[in-house]
Amino acid sequence: MANNTFYNEVLTDHNLYPQYKGTLEDATCALEGVNPSCGDDIVLQLKVENGVIVDGSFEGDGCAISQASVDIMLDLIIGKTKEEAQHLSDLFLRMIKGEASDDEIEELEEAGALKDVSHMPSRVKCAVLGWRTMSEMLGKTE
Amino acid sequence: MPKHSLTASFLLRQMEAKMRNYKDDFPLLKSTDISYLDNAATEQRPAVVLEAVRDFYEHSNANPLRGLYSLAYDATEHYENAREKVRGFIKAPKTSEIVFTRNTTESINLVAYSYGLNFLHEDDEILITISEHHSNILPWQMVAKKTGAKLKYLECEPDGSYSSEKLRAAVTEHTKLAAMAQVSNVLGSENPVKELISLVHGNGGAVLVDAAQSAPHMAIDVSDLDCDFLAFSGHKMMAPMGIGVLYGKEELLEKMPPFLSGGEMIEYVTRDSATYAELPHKFEAGTVSAGDAIGLSAAIDYIESIGMDNIHSRETELTRLLFEEMQKIPHVNIIGSPDYRNHSGIVSFTVDGVHPHDISAILDEDKVAIRAGHHCAQPLHAFLGIRSSARASLAFYNDESDIERFIKSLKTLRRRMGLGE
Repeated sequence: MANNTFYNEVLTDHNLYPQYKGTLEDATCALEGVNPSCGDDIVLQLKVENGVIVDGSFEGDGCAISQASVDIMLDLIIGKTKEEAQHLSDLFLRMIKGEASDDEIEELEEAGALKDVSHMPSRVKCAVLGWRTMSEMLGKTE
Repeated sequence: MPKHSLTASFLLRQMEAKMRNYKDDFPLLKSTDISYLDNAATEQRPAVVLEAVRDFYEHSNANPLRGLYSLAYDATEHYENAREKVRGFIKAPKTSEIVFTRNTTESINLVAYSYGLNFLHEDDEILITISEHHSNILPWQMVAKKTGAKLKYLECEPDGSYSSEKLRAAVTEHTKLAAMAQVSNVLGSENPVKELISLVHGNGGAVLVDAAQSAPHMAIDVSDLDCDFLAFSGHKMMAPMGIGVLYGKEELLEKMPPFLSGGEMIEYVTRDSATYAELPHKFEAGTVSAGDAIGLSAAIDYIESIGMDNIHSRETELTRLLFEEMQKIPHVNIIGSPDYRNHSGIVSFTVDGVHPHDISAILDEDKVAIRAGHHCAQPLHAFLGIRSSARASLAFYNDESDIERFIKSLKTLRRRMGLGE
């Protein structure tokens, strides 16, 4: 059996026991993100007050990578400003492309656990689904 | 039937030792340590096929059906010999009824565009099944949309079978065209194409058989089936990618207009009109994929050297082993028939709590290649009430070690995803 799995504990934990799965009653914005070719499907909800993301949640279906990634992302961006969240999203996308430095990956905290997805081209779209949905949503609300 | 115990696996292994090790015939399987269980997507290519293609380009390469010199005659002869080989393989009456295409999808599209759009009308019905591959759904959706014909779906039973009652009820005097896969690419079940053909013919309609999943695994006899069209791909039966076949009854092909037009399919061309070449060249516009056709011919030779009966019984035996081992694993749910004999080497499944894409990725870590997703059959998955599935599919060149590795990996899968065993 291979040891170099990218299904590490951080990923499997967030997939099985997501902290932010559910509906947010007082969300200020929501957007659906879909990967049509593989069926990953999420609805991301955020509550943004005075430019700060104060709460967030998601609903959806999909593979472990797509679901864990969005949960990890919410954990990271809640409490941050929209600009900080966009910066982290850019960093995450660069990490998935294999372009981020170790220091930058450290800034992503738990999300750094997904860095090996960069070796799996077919799973990149799963890992970035939540992030690009957030980025698009925040871009719209500006 | 004896239960598959260790003793039985030992016997199978002994039998295997006596038999040829087919993996030795396949350069890719010899040079890698991958358990390739995605044969329903595409099979591997034996050295004899690769050599035949290379030999054609090294010794007989010229544009077939064109040049008036000996090398071109040679190329034409090789190409037409390949057509004759295919005719014999599916027992078609005439070589003029064998059209080379790129693949099954192109073959079905040829019929949809040339036959469907020209001979179907409003009030006609097109009958297909819920378990078709998208390539046998989308062309008919297009024909229905453009002609106003009605697209009807025949629904299967929970085990994937089609009952005679439902077949009889679905075929009416309006059924102008019916299309059905001989073997489902998800369920592996063999469909009652012969019964459908006789019912539809009784009402004056035509039937297309999608043989993409059956041609590699069972003997096909278009004369016995009496189908009007039959489509299959070379790459699913060890030939190169890029060569496919459409069989059509001559009387139908004769009245159908060309699908594509251009070179190599004409007799005379003036500024405003053209006379088309005779069958089957009318449907083979442009320079043909001669090397791939010759590769397909070599693949048929290879299949015949082993014997379709031997291939079939070997695959049935491997399917039994795979099936019985999978049934022992908790949380693994096999889709389709509970009888391994009705799976044609195709076993689609789900694992409780694990998304099929993750199943495939974990198995890949253990060097097992399987398919995951909707297998180009979204309507079937919706009908079965599952979002997607994983699929292991066998070929005769797989062996017990491939299945052992797959089972070993499958057993640890839930634990590795953080779930209980």
